[in-house]
Amino acid sequence: MPLYLEIIICVSLLIGGVFLLIGSYGLARLPDIYMRLHSPTKASTLGITGVLIASMILQSHLQGFLSIKELLITLFLLITAPVAANMIAKTALHYRTKPINETQGDDLMEAIRDRKSPKQPPEA
Amino acid sequence: MKLFPMPFHSLLLFVVWLLLNNSISAGHIVLAVFFAITIPLIVTSMRDEHPRILKPWLAIRYVFMVMKDIVIANIEVALLIVGPIKKLKPGFVAVPINIDSELGITILASTVSLTPGTVSAEVSKDKAWLYIHALHLDNEEELVESIKSRYEAPIKEIFGC
Amino acid sequence: MLNITITIVAACICIALILNLWRLLIGPSVSDRILALDTMYINAIALILLYGMHMGSALYFEAAVLIAMLGFVSTAALCKYLLRGDIIE
Repeated sequence: MPLYLEIIICVSLLIGGVFLLIGSYGLARLPDIYMRLHSPTKASTLGITGVLIASMILQSHLQGFLSIKELLITLFLLITAPVAANMIAKTALHYRTKPINETQGDDLMEAIRDRKSPKQPPEA
Repeated sequence: MKLFPMPFHSLLLFVVWLLLNNSISAGHIVLAVFFAITIPLIVTSMRDEHPRILKPWLAIRYVFMVMKDIVIANIEVALLIVGPIKKLKPGFVAVPINIDSELGITILASTVSLTPGTVSAEVSKDKAWLYIHALHLDNEEELVESIKSRYEAPIKEIFGC
Repeated sequence: MLNITITIVAACICIALILNLWRLLIGPSVSDRILALDTMYINAIALILLYGMHMGSALYFEAAVLIAMLGFVSTAALCKYLLRGDIIE
């Protein structure tokens, strides 16, 4: 394998691995569920993209023709990650999970839970 | 009955089938054409009406802009996660939106979830407000303004609604 | 060089999986556990792809696609169940 190809693969693998680790580290470290949502949806998605790009280049080299089917997983994850995050946020709001005290605008939470507009007065 | 009720989806099915098999042999092409014709014919009756993409070039530019933003936002969020947690000021924000189509709202919400330090949490029933949660909320007006001008305006233009 | 990098990245992903497992075990809410499971799926995809690269085989790609699809569907089904008390309405 040519050196430049190996360097590209190694760099994108390392970037992917570091981002996956950061995503999980944030999941374990951040204080409340709404903040925890951020790290897997963003950092892990970029991390898996890095690993997939490395895999794509390596498999193309090994098989001798351009193998771009790894892009399918990337595309699939890019589409599904926000949907999954949105559903988890809905679940957390549905169970009235408490955010940390520093959260601004937590008076909006009841309106969000009932899907009302923010200015509407709460129903008695 | 039209032969291709969903031309874009037919093309997508054709390409995805060839990608999954990773080959362009004659047999797979015949099979892909078969799927591209029959699957849309079967599912077309279950489909809601979607707005058409009026400006395809703008849509492609939008996709590339979002990809660039994803990379930048990821680095920002990674720094926030690794940095001191006590300094983070999370918050819920209500963003007024002005898109009629459900597809447009879905795309906007997904973009918001993937890009800057924000996750979309809910859409109000009257489709006028998008609720988001920001990991680090400095300036609420600035965030709302950037979402509206950077992401909502192109989507409105692409779908013409 | 490639083998060393694959080992390092595999170690990173294993640490990530342990962190996810920790979050899965301590919770505190059900949504946290779902989120931890979802992240574990993503990390598992990365690990399988790495193994495929290590073995130099393209077969593991199929397994990765399956995990990606099952992961999303199970996350959506769990959330739907918790939101509505029912999966198919």
